[in-house]
Order: sequence, then structure tokens, then C-alpha cells
Amino acid sequence: MPEHIIQVENLVKKYGQLAAVDDISFNVNQGEIFGFLGPNGAGKTTTINILCTLARPTAGKATLNGFDVVRQQNEVRHSIGLVFQDSSLDDRLTGLHNLRFHAMVYNVPVSVRNERIEQVLKMVDLWDRRKKFVRTYSGGMKRRLELARGLLHYPKVLFLDEPTLGLDPQTRNHIWEYVLELRKREGTTVFLTTHYMDEAEKASRIAIIDQGKLVAMDTPIKLKRMVGQDIINVRTDDNSKAAEEIKSRYQTEVRKDGDQLTFKVDNGEEFLPVFIKESGIKIASISLRRPTLEDVFLKLTGREIREEEVGDSIKEHLRQQGGGRMPH
Amino acid sequence: MNNLIGVYTIWYRDVLRFWYDKARMLSALLFPVFFLFIFGSGLQRSIGPMGGGVDFIQFMYPGIIGMSVLMGSFMSGVSVVWDREFGFLKEVLVAPISRISVALGRTLGAATVATIQGIMILVLAPVIKVSLSIWIVLALIPLMFLLAASMGSLGILLASRIKSTEAFQAIMQMLMFPMIFLSGVFFPMQDLPGWMSFIVKINPASYGVAAIRGLVLGNPPDSPFTIYLFGHAMTIWENVIIMAAFGFIMIILAMWSFGRQE
Repeated sequence: MPEHIIQVENLVKKYGQLAAVDDISFNVNQGEIFGFLGPNGAGKTTTINILCTLARPTAGKATLNGFDVVRQQNEVRHSIGLVFQDSSLDDRLTGLHNLRFHAMVYNVPVSVRNERIEQVLKMVDLWDRRKKFVRTYSGGMKRRLELARGLLHYPKVLFLDEPTLGLDPQTRNHIWEYVLELRKREGTTVFLTTHYMDEAEKASRIAIIDQGKLVAMDTPIKLKRMVGQDIINVRTDDNSKAAEEIKSRYQTEVRKDGDQLTFKVDNGEEFLPVFIKESGIKIASISLRRPTLEDVFLKLTGREIREEEVGDSIKEHLRQQGGGRMPH
Repeated sequence: MNNLIGVYTIWYRDVLRFWYDKARMLSALLFPVFFLFIFGSGLQRSIGPMGGGVDFIQFMYPGIIGMSVLMGSFMSGVSVVWDREFGFLKEVLVAPISRISVALGRTLGAATVATIQGIMILVLAPVIKVSLSIWIVLALIPLMFLLAASMGSLGILLASRIKSTEAFQAIMQMLMFPMIFLSGVFFPMQDLPGWMSFIVKINPASYGVAAIRGLVLGNPPDSPFTIYLFGHAMTIWENVIIMAAFGFIMIILAMWSFGRQE
């Protein structure tokens, strides 16, 4: 049993002069959810492609489940399941065909094949539609089928590359339920990339990658702590008296912000009830804002994680709106 | 062992897809029929008998069999490019089977589908008044399969290099139509202008078509449809050997090239 399920040492991938992945190293522990965050073109997909043997590294070494991703490709491929951001289903065949095909290629023993297929299809609520052609499935159903397929051979590591991009919240929640359930039952390691910060929060550890380099790696809580403390906004009957009180009692800077007071504390969620009970201040309203992974990302890379995409989608939107109707 | 299962699985998928794609099946049948009857009936009278006791439609018939096999097998190259476009190729490329078995499975799948398309054309024989014995049919099947496997691996070789569907289709058309038109499907290969005769003789498809025609119409040494290579009249077996040699090279190249892609 390897110590780490994934070990990456000084990995480099160059396309011509451009280093898509520029000397990164990290380990992923057995059974954890490892989140990979970064803007588009940061090197996330390239790294995943190397780890799942779709691309060869220019330099460096990576092992998965103890197997070298260059020299032991077949062993690595047996150990992984993938859900890509773009569909990789055969939509000219039925859901059942797609799973059978996968089971054959991944050498799932014939004796358990049908049982396994039934199990994963029921898990993602597609059992009733198994004999329908994939091209008749909705986007969410396709993603669920891909997830079922990725799990069919009980992989050691499940790669989820933007698994819920473009799906409605309900489907997103469903998909996460399946993933978390599987992780609990099988101890599957999950390697995740996502743009959704609430999804990233589910990760045991997060690596932030920017321009091919790893800029930070830690638990979500510790990463957020890097940015700073929790911020509390409070409005009281007598702000100046309250400010004095807070200053002396908690030794913290208090800033007047309009009719509000703003100050920072370490553990906001636990601080609030205590503060309300013991301070004796008459509070009109109070709110807590915790630094998000978004803030972490902004601090580390100087960019919003989603801004590029939002920009693109607005452009796309305008283009579609404008098509043919714009005055010339 | 695992690789054998891989070859089988990839082959099975191709055949299954064909089975479910009734539109493709219908067009595989109709397109050659249009050629045969519209082209054939239109030109029949002005061309007159072709020699060897055969009229124009009968002459064209084995060529049309070859044509539908050629087109069917080329199509599988397109489907590799489609798989790339629609993402399914990724599922295949990360699967724990070697790329070589993927390429081989694809080639065999293409050959099977194209052979079935060829067999569908055989049903027309009575209408054309060409008599086919069961032995000729049994000999035609492996021959069509060989032709299809050679052309299919050429398609897969190209598909593994050319990544965009548009570029692939453009190149396919530049390659496929000359290969079909200059393979003796529509005219006999003797007494052609020099440049044309040269192209026909370096076109590997010609030997496949000639072999099929030899089987269907008979191939006596003085037949007007024989290919002469350096003054030598090619027998059916010699045509088959050239076809097989070409196919062998293509399949090796296709497996090599498919295995190298990222």
C-alpha cells in the first residue's frame, strides 16, 4: 500500500515554450477529497490529464496508487474513474450499452457485471431509463450516467473535473450525495476541480494553482484563515459606547462604518452567541461574514476565480441577443 | 487477454452503432442503388455492350459493390473524428486497453460494417441479371472484408492525425472520390489515357475492385476488364495479394499512429 494514493514530484508539462504545468509537487492521501482550484488555463486539466495518462509529462514524476503514470499506464487506468466536464458518452447507444461497454473494457468480472450495473444505475436514479438512447437524456442525466460509469469498476481514485458545471442545484446536490456515499463506503479518494466555492468547501484539502504553479495547499479552514479573521458588523443604540466596550473587552480594532461598527474576531461563529449574551450592548442588528475561498483565491492570485467565465458568458449572451437584431 | 477483450469490445460497439443507425443502413443501400440504376440506365444505351457478354449495368455492378465497401469503411475514419469531437474518444483512451487494440478493434469493426453494406448490395444481383453462386458469395465476403479493412485502416490512420472534423472531411473527399472514380468502378481500365492509366494502377482500390469484378463476372485471361501491370495480366489472386499487402501496411501504420496520439 503506497503511503500516498497520488504522489506528484516536480511535474512539468510544456507545450512549445509555454509551461502549462511548471514544476509542481503534491501528495494526495488515501480517502480524502482533494480539491484543485484555479482559473481557466492555470494547468488544472493538464495536471489531471497527466495523472490519468492522457498526456505525458515533459519532466518530473507522478505515481497513482503506487503506479507510475508513464510506465504503468494500464495499472493506473485500472485504478481511476473519470467524470469529465465535457460529456464522454456514446449518445448513439443506450445508457445500458455505455455501462456494459465500460464494464467489458475495465474487466469487471462477468459474474458481478449485471449486479454492479444495476447498483450504480439505481444509485443515480437512471435505472428506469437504462434502455433509452443517451441522446435523449438531459444534461443532468448525462452527468449522472457518467458518474455511474466512473464508479462502475470501483476505482481507487475518482477524478471529477467540474462535475456539476451547468447543472441545477438539485442535481448538484444529488451528485454530491452519491460521491460522499461512495467515499464513505469504499474509501474512494476524490480528486476534484470546481468553480463552485461551496463545492470546494467539501474538500479535505485544497491546492490552488495559478499559471502552472502551486500557490497554496491546505485545508479550507486554514486557507481562509490566511486571508484574515471573521468580520462582524453590528448596529447598536449607542455606537460609541459599544465601540469602547468591544475595544476594552476583546482587544480588537473597531471601525465605524456608517451607522455600523465593524471588527474582526478569530472564530466568529462561536464568538457571536457569547458576545450577544455577555457584552450587555443593546444590539439592533448583527451580521457575520467569514472569508470565503473566493477571498483566498483573490488574495493569492489577484483575480476572481469566476471572472473570466462570467465575462465570456456575458459576451456570449450579448452576441446571441445581438444576432440579427442590432441596427446596422 | 485483456487486449483481446478490448479489440472485441471496440468492434462490438461499432457493429452495435451500425445496427441502431437505421438511417445509415438505408443510405448505405440507397446510394449505390441510385448510382447503379440512374447512372447505369442513363448511359446503358449510348455505351452499348462492354465486351465479354456484359452490359454497362452488369459491368458497373461489381464496381458498385466495391464502392459501397470503400465508402462504408472510410466512414469509420470519420467516426473516430466524431468520437473525438463528442468526447467518447476520451473514454476509450483512458480505458485500460492498449491503443493498438483500440485501433485494431476499430479497423475490424469498420470492415465488418462495410462488408455488411457490401452484402446488402449483393441482394440486387438477380435484378441486374448477374448470377451469383453460393460459392462466389462465400468468396466475396472475405474479399470485401479485406478491401474494407485496408481502406478502414487508412481512414483511421488519417483520423489519428487530423483532429478537426472539417479538415478530415475535406481530406476524405479529396482522397475518397478520386480513389473511387479512378478504381475502375465506372469504366474498364484498358485503353485509358496514359496519365489516367498510371493513377488507376497506383490506386490500391483498383485491385480490390478488379478482384471483386473478376469473381462476379468471371476473369478469363482475355477478359476486357483485366488490369495489366507491366504487361502482365493480373489474376484474381494477384490482385488480392496487392490488396492484402497494402492493407497490412495500412493497419500497421494505423496502430502505430493511433498509439502515439495524446
